[in-house]
Formats: sequence, structure tokens, C-alpha cells
Amino acid sequence: MSTRTATATVLFDTPGPKARFRYRLFGILSLIAIAGLGWYVWAKLDAAGQFDPQLWDAFQYTAVQQRILDGMLATLKAFALAGVLSIALGALLAAGRLSDHLPVRAVSSAVVQFFRAMPLLIMIFALYHAVFPSKPMPALVLGLTLYNGAVQAEIMRTGILALPRGQGEAAYALGMGKTQVMTLILVPQAVRSMLPAMIGQLVVTLKDTSLGFVITYPELLYAGKLIASNSTGYPYIPVVIVVGTLYIGLCLALTGLAKWLEARGRRGANRRTPAAA
Amino acid sequence: MRTRRTIAAALSVLALTAVAACGKDGSPAGSDAAAPTLPTYAVNKAANLDASPVWKKAKAKGKLTIGAKADQPYLGFEDVTANTRTGFDIEIAKMIAADLGFAPDQIEFKTIVSANRETEIIGGGIDYYVGTYSINDKRKASVSFAGPYYIAGQDLLVKKDNTAITGPESVAGKNVCSVTGSTSVTQIQKYVGEGKKVVQYDNYAQCVDKLLTGEIDAVTTDDAILKGFGAKNAGKLKVVGKTFSKEKYGVGLNHDDKVLRDAINNALKAHEDNGDWKKAYDATLGLSGAAAPAVPALERY
Amino acid sequence: MGILFEGDNFALFRDGFLQTIELSAVSALLALLLGTVLAAFRVSPVPALRVFGTVWVNTFRNTPLTLLFFAVVFGLPRLDVHFDNFTLAVIALSAYTGSFVCEVLRAGINTVPFGQAEAARSLGMSFGQTLLHVVLPQAARTVLPPMSSIFIALPRNSAIAGAFSVAELYSVQATLSDKGYDILAIFFWVALAYLLVSFTVGGVFRFLESRLAVVR
Repeated sequence: MSTRTATATVLFDTPGPKARFRYRLFGILSLIAIAGLGWYVWAKLDAAGQFDPQLWDAFQYTAVQQRILDGMLATLKAFALAGVLSIALGALLAAGRLSDHLPVRAVSSAVVQFFRAMPLLIMIFALYHAVFPSKPMPALVLGLTLYNGAVQAEIMRTGILALPRGQGEAAYALGMGKTQVMTLILVPQAVRSMLPAMIGQLVVTLKDTSLGFVITYPELLYAGKLIASNSTGYPYIPVVIVVGTLYIGLCLALTGLAKWLEARGRRGANRRTPAAA
Repeated sequence: MRTRRTIAAALSVLALTAVAACGKDGSPAGSDAAAPTLPTYAVNKAANLDASPVWKKAKAKGKLTIGAKADQPYLGFEDVTANTRTGFDIEIAKMIAADLGFAPDQIEFKTIVSANRETEIIGGGIDYYVGTYSINDKRKASVSFAGPYYIAGQDLLVKKDNTAITGPESVAGKNVCSVTGSTSVTQIQKYVGEGKKVVQYDNYAQCVDKLLTGEIDAVTTDDAILKGFGAKNAGKLKVVGKTFSKEKYGVGLNHDDKVLRDAINNALKAHEDNGDWKKAYDATLGLSGAAAPAVPALERY
Repeated sequence: MGILFEGDNFALFRDGFLQTIELSAVSALLALLLGTVLAAFRVSPVPALRVFGTVWVNTFRNTPLTLLFFAVVFGLPRLDVHFDNFTLAVIALSAYTGSFVCEVLRAGINTVPFGQAEAARSLGMSFGQTLLHVVLPQAARTVLPPMSSIFIALPRNSAIAGAFSVAELYSVQATLSDKGYDILAIFFWVALAYLLVSFTVGGVFRFLESRLAVVR
């Protein structure tokens, strides 16, 4: 919150009475426009019968609720596995790209470039057919791990490179080896500064579990799609509303957790700083 | 702060239990009281196919895993409100299972989409597959087929009041829809013409939804699939009834398990002869109003 | 590996490749535009616009792209908004990517030293002028690396459009695999095509970075 106010006050003058009036007028006008658009959407959907009880009937059944719940659990399971594995792979690849040995660097760079470029949809499909026939779960998790691991590696590498050079140099001057410098000095600092980006990528991982539908992994979106196509009247809009809300809720919860962790980390750091000084 | 969090947690738990508590069981009441009833199949408890590795493994597990479609009404359909499977393909799968010595509660259906069929059969994820699976030589190289148990042909599904589309010759320049990458797309594209791309989604329900809203003019694929959607949306949609290809539906199974293939062929033959096949058709695809076609001759090999 | 040169496969593949590029390029432009507007909203003096920007970003960043495609392809026609499938795919992709662009730009705006904006304001520049002539050009440099990640991800995200009636590379893959070709052979060519796109985008951004780099 505080950062936004800081930017806001820097980018424009504190509004005077005239400007305040103008902003308020503009605000009201845009509110009216948005409300009008909202009303249009509502009215059109209503006219198209999208709010008929018949279309929402499916959600009342225990079996359907159970299916959505199972879908959510399957989504979370794939996400948890892929999230942990991708961070591990990311650390490995980042270390590889910062290695002193040219072959290790070259291989790591090639792996990162390749998996960053491949569409997950095609990757998962290929893994399922070529490596894990009839096992959708490992294919999905591996696909997610490879792609997100490559991206996490780039994030970590950027984080380490962005640290002041003096940090590493000082550690070397103290006689530390390369591994010590990395694990004790650079990585802990880089992780702290890169945490928001890493969490952002974890949110992407969570959302991308939805691509499991190509290999019939029964995750949340797959469940939603089946409910939409197999219920009377094809309730695509109701399913998008329900499933979309669930996904947004899950992702916001994850972001919230990250923010909380970050705040906790910073609190600890602050507490230590005076003591160290 | 803490109390607020506790209240929030309590509220979310309450909301969850409320949602869980108000669920209905069963499926919506249908109006097909006069519909023909499905046959039941006597389980052949004495069945013994020890020479078939697939059967032996399934017997040892006490469970038969059958691959099927889930989104084709009256053909291979999963009722999400009751968690049951219904349809003509499902009935075929069940009658075979009964002859192989598996009771209905020993059958586990697994949803497999078209693109993944060979992979699942080869990988052993399913024991056999019944789901609009056309027999062709390319597929025969990696899996084997019992049957055919039904002859389908590519057809068109249109709105009930549509008189402009009477067959493939009349779809030139029209919006036609089918499933992404399927052979039906290649087939119909010739009739639609160069200027217009066939609309493609990843299942038929999406096409049918767009047909109902009038965004597209026709859905095309095998008539068996279209009949099911026609029956599901009775009074709104109709199948044109002029097929322009020939698809022999077979039961897909392991390439080398000849014993199982022969057993499935025998089962099909027995149920075709004793009238179960016709009864199953009448109670499923027959609801579309199309009379049962002739039972195709088996192609044993 | 020779499957590409059998029958019509080459024409099919070429058309799919071009469609992927067209879809990505159009969506990238729109996403950039939309993201900039949203970022301006989020730092603007009008509270209503700030709220709008925040809601937009939180909604689209947290929705799976596939679900967004469903909403656009099945929702818009019901609102009497009719477009062809290519345009619908562009809308979904740029609405999604735009929200990421917005966040990167906003983070970039925050890195521009306060003094810059203050100096601009003391010269009498308005909010729009400050943002457009002083802050954004400087932010552009710091946002290039994260921006390149977004636009490398865009072509690979565009594959989802293949399931919604856009004849790009994913649908080519589906068609070829339905014809019964070996999955690995198809994968080889499709992978090659995406790598080409990704390297081109990466190259463009490296070029921009070297052009815009300043010694500090």
C-alpha cells in the first residue's frame, strides 16, 4: 500500500480543489461506464438464459460437488509436486549456468533455452505418449517441472548476478571456496530479492496444471469441462464463473501466503539489523 | 487481529459444510418413462482365458479396466450428477465383460480421448477400448481390433428447421464444426471449399453448443455420435441422414492377444444373435428415432 | 523425420507456423498497448481507474489461459459480440499477457528515481507528460529483461488457441498425430519451429538491450 502512495504522490501533484473535482467527476463517469458495461453483460447473459436455474442445476448434486473438490485436490497435488521439483531443478540449472566449466554452462544454457521455448501443451502431450504411456500424472508433473524449472533458473541467475559484486569478492577474499560463496553468501541474498518473481512463477505453475486436460488428468478445469459438456443446456458460462472463481481464489491465496512469508522474512531481517550494527 | 482471523476461518469452514450438506443425489428426473429398457447380461462365471495375458492380469486383480469416451450422449457418456456411464458403446463393453466373467461391479471405466487410445492400449492402462474406434490398417499396426460391432458414416447435424443443408454437397461456404485434427475435418473441408476454414474445438459438445446458439450451421462427424446429440437435444436438432464415409467401429485391444480378440468376437457374436445388441441400440442411440441398422459381419483375423 | 515432406504435410505445417507467428505478433502488440494503458491506470491520480487496473490485473493474472479462452469463445458471442476465432484468440491472449505487461511496467516505473518525476513536475509537466516523456522511457530500460520473458512465453501460450479453432502449430500437431504419424517425429519439427520463434524474440530483446543500455 505504502509504495503505491509513494509513486502516486511523485508522479502527480497533490490535487487542489479544482483537480479534486475533476478527478471525482472522472471517477464517477468511469464508474458509470463500468456499471453500464456490467449491466449490459448481465442483461445479455440473462436474456441468453445463462442464469436460468436449469443451467445451474448441476452444481446442486453431491456427485458434481465431489468432482469439483476432487479436481481441486488433483490440481493442488500436481502443483505441489511440480512446484517443489521446479525450484530444485531451477537451483540446479542456475548453478550450472554460473559454473566455471564451459561444458556444464553450455549444457545448462541449452536445457534452459529449450524448455523455455516449448509450449507446455505440446510438451505434456509428447511426454505422455513417448515417456509415460497411460500415466498422466507423472507426464504433467514432469512437463510442468521442466518448463517452470527453466524459468526459475533464469530468475535465480538474474538474482545472483544482480547482487553487488563486493559480496562475492569479499567472500573470496576471506578464503571461501566457490560452493561456500554460493550457498552461504549469494543464494540466500538472491532468494530474498527474487522471492516475488519466484512466487509469481509458482502461480503460473498452479495455473498451468490446467493443461492436464489434454492427457485427461482429472484436474479442476477438466472436471469443469466435463460438467459443462455433459449437463443439460451446456452450462459453459456457469462453469467458467464457478471454476474461474476457484482458480482466482487459489492463486490469490498463494500470492497472499507469499506476501506473508516475505513480510515475515523482512521482519526477521529488521530485527537482526540493529543487533548486527 | 487474531480474533478476526479465527472468525474468518470459522466462516470458511461453515461455508464449506453448508455447500457439502445441500447436495442432491441421483440424476435429474428424465421424461423417458416409456423408453425401452436396457438388457442385463448374465455373467459367465466359468470363463477361463488363461492363454490371454491381458485377461489373466485382470482376473488376478479382480478388476477389468475398459477405456471409453465420456462426452458422447447415448454412446459413451458419463452422467456427472450420478457418476454413472451410459450409452451404446458402454453396453457393448458391458456385454463383453459379462462373457469374459466380470460382473458390473468389477468393471472400471477410464475416460480416454481419441488422441490417446493407442498409447493407453499399448501401455496397458486399459484392457480393451470401446469408443467410436474406427478400424483401419494404420491402427492395426499397433493395436488389434475385434468386431466391427457397428458401421457408422460421416454425417451432418443441423437445426431442426434447417432445410438448406441436405448433405455434404450443400455445405459449401457454410460454417461447419468438428473436433480438432480429426479425419472428419479433412473430409468435410473438401465440400466446404478453400475459402472457409472448418471450425474446430476439442470436443463435440462445444460444437453442438455453438450450433444451438446459431453461430455455426452444422456439426459433422460419424452419424452414431450425431444421433446421440440429436437424441439429447430432441426437438431442436436433427441428423441429416446422408452418410458420406464408412467407419467400422471395433473394440481395440492389445496387438498380440489373439485369445482375447477371439473371445471378444465370440461375445459380440453371441449377444448379436440373442438380441441384446438390438435391445441395447433401441434403448440408447435408437432414442434419436433412427432405426437400428443391420448388424455388421465380424471380421475375424 | 521425413514426415514433413510427405503429401500435403509441408503446406499444413507452413500454414500452422505462419498462423502461430501472426497470432503471437498481433497479440504481442495489443498486449503491449493494453499493458501500458493499464499501468498508467494503476499509477494515475484517479482512484476509480486505479481500482479498475488492480481488479483487471488480479483477475487475468490468476485465471488459467485455457479458462480465459473458454470465457471469450463461449461468453462473447452470448453478449452479441461476434468475431472470427482468430480475433477471439487475440483477445484472450492479449488480455492475459497485457496484465503481465502491466505489472512489469509498474515495477519498472517504481525503479525510476523520484527526482526524475519531481523535476518533470517542477517544469510544469502534467501527469500524462511526466509519465510519457520522462518516466516510461527510463523505465523501459529496466523492464526489458522481464519483458523478454513475457514475450518468449507468448508464442508458447498461443498453442492453447489451437484447441479453439485457430489452425496454428498445436492443431497441426493434432492433425498429424490423428493421421497416425510417430509422435516423436512430429514433436521434432514442432519443437524446431517454436525454438526458432523463441530465439528470434530473445534476439530482438538482446538487440534492444544493447541499444538502450547506458553506463551508470
